[in-house]
Amino acid sequence: MTAVEPVPVGVTDRDIAPEERSRPPKRRRAVKGTRPGWFVYSSLAVVLIASLFPYYWSLLIGSGDSSTIRDPNMSWIPGGNFFENAAAVVNDPAVNFWLALWNSIFSSALIALSVVFFSTLAGWAFAKLKFKGSSFLLIFVIATMAVPMQLGVVPLYILFSEIGWTGQIGAIIVPALVTAFGVFWMTQYLQQAVPDELIEAARVDGASSFRTFLTVGLPAARPAAAMLALFTFVTAWNNFFWPFIVLDRQNPTLPVALSLLQSNYFVDYSIVLAGVLLSTIPLLILFIFAGRQLVSGIMQGAVKG
Amino acid sequence: MNPPEVAKPTPPAPKKPRRVGFGPRLSRWDFKFSPYLYISPFFILFFIVGLFPIAFTAVISFMDWDLVRNTGTFIGFDQYAYVLSNPKFWIALRNTFSIFLISSVPQLIFAIFIAAILDQNIRAKTFWRMGVLLPYVMAPVAVALIFSNMFGDQYGIVNTTLQNLGLPAVPWHSNAFASHIAIATMVNFRWTGYNTLILLAAMQAIPRDYYEAATVDGAGKVRQFFSITVPSLRPTLIFVIITSTIGGLQIFDEPRMYDQYGTGGANYQWLTITLWLYDIGWGEWNFGRAAALAWILFIIILAIGVINLFVTQGLVRNEGGRTAMTRAQRRTAARLAKRDVAATKSNKHQTEEAGS
Repeated sequence: MTAVEPVPVGVTDRDIAPEERSRPPKRRRAVKGTRPGWFVYSSLAVVLIASLFPYYWSLLIGSGDSSTIRDPNMSWIPGGNFFENAAAVVNDPAVNFWLALWNSIFSSALIALSVVFFSTLAGWAFAKLKFKGSSFLLIFVIATMAVPMQLGVVPLYILFSEIGWTGQIGAIIVPALVTAFGVFWMTQYLQQAVPDELIEAARVDGASSFRTFLTVGLPAARPAAAMLALFTFVTAWNNFFWPFIVLDRQNPTLPVALSLLQSNYFVDYSIVLAGVLLSTIPLLILFIFAGRQLVSGIMQGAVKG
Repeated sequence: MNPPEVAKPTPPAPKKPRRVGFGPRLSRWDFKFSPYLYISPFFILFFIVGLFPIAFTAVISFMDWDLVRNTGTFIGFDQYAYVLSNPKFWIALRNTFSIFLISSVPQLIFAIFIAAILDQNIRAKTFWRMGVLLPYVMAPVAVALIFSNMFGDQYGIVNTTLQNLGLPAVPWHSNAFASHIAIATMVNFRWTGYNTLILLAAMQAIPRDYYEAATVDGAGKVRQFFSITVPSLRPTLIFVIITSTIGGLQIFDEPRMYDQYGTGGANYQWLTITLWLYDIGWGEWNFGRAAALAWILFIIILAIGVINLFVTQGLVRNEGGRTAMTRAQRRTAARLAKRDVAATKSNKHQTEEAGS
């Protein structure tokens, strides 16, 4: 290691007088050098178990048969019936599982893409372009976040039934195409991610406004856009209230299909919970690959928001 | 250096300015009007699916809505009177607030403590953080199904465990308060980790020097937590409280899926406002009443928001309180300052008089 570093032989950082050292010693390390003890780790383990338990519980019940739940001495090891139960969910003609899965993937992905594009576009305008009324309009955008969904659902339903969209997947995609949160999030990020000189340079070079956005704004927005896409996808995937109202039983999303599952099989929890697990697996996979980004996204949003 | 488009002589303004770069004038227009174009998708969509429905909800709430003809007849405040005089509304209001309080208060307390633990210099930070967030990716409907199974009155794991410990089984579905606890548990399961991370972010922004100084002064971990961490979290706490209030008052998924009927229990033990809104609107198909209830809910949320705002201002003022003066001190200081000013004035006066 030392051989690679271009440091004069025999001279280490410690030999130099403290005031001449190139870098001050790391503050945080100095203060929090001690590793925490067993109490911290055991508390975290308890939290982790609490987080995992419902997942495990659905596996436990979902892999048993209908008598498992009534068994006072039930085993804590998953049984062998998961695939039968899952097949009962998948093959139930009333639930339309595959269609629900496709609808969830399609709508969530489309919503995520659209939200990212339009929010970045609007965020770019708010953060980097000068125009009259921009600060007022941005406040307006933020204020809309406080309006509850319930306030508009009756007319929205009437609107969609007028144009014949009730029961259609478009009815859940269109209202979610761009969100106030997304615009706010991208505005916050782009404000500091792009130096103004870069935009001026592009303008001097004769790039059009939209070209500037495509070549300067979009690439710079990538990290925040990825997080926004993740958030939007998870939210859209888990959304229930509006899809439950506007979609019909023949064309559900996964949460709507799950709600049907309960009314169909209200006695047989092993099938219901197998369905729950089945519908959760896609997001679980997403989380395993992108959970790190999701975590840092939440933490970033909080600091700035 | 100049691209060819810019070098071109300015053509007479084209009728359809689709291509940009025809000339400096067009470029100026482009930069002047493009921002509005960029923000327009949000505003257009918001007007169609946000603002227009809100106004329309107000109109419908004064009507007896006919679903077949899709029009209504104006009947004034009758729908509001119906909603407010219905005992179900007051039960739903009670339930909504009860569930909201039982969920948000413990949730915040847990979140702060877990965040404080995660704020230590632990190994495998990302792993623990991800573990905390794991419940957040599960759909509320899925959470509700799993927990309603665990809180089963007859065979639920919770009651089985209670009985194994020699405690009586709790009627999780028939008792109103017990059902609120069960539903609040679902909410807490899903949201505690999310709030933990928000609070953790705020904790990491606290300057470490504060802790260093406190350690030097001999303050222990607990003292440091209550004297440094919690006060510094105030702005973030307020943010979390407001967002969880707005979300909590709209709770629907969990109570809807708590049993297979989805009507809030035989005696409406866990009927919430939004659940009732759904029932009126899409169970009884009475859109006028549903719209009136929606507006009442909105007014409640607004009122809570205003109360939150006042509390926020109080807390923020309080935050500076440690270094700033109390009101009495401020008054005394003001009085002294006034006297000072008066004194200098009269002094000046005197010297001026003496001088002249």
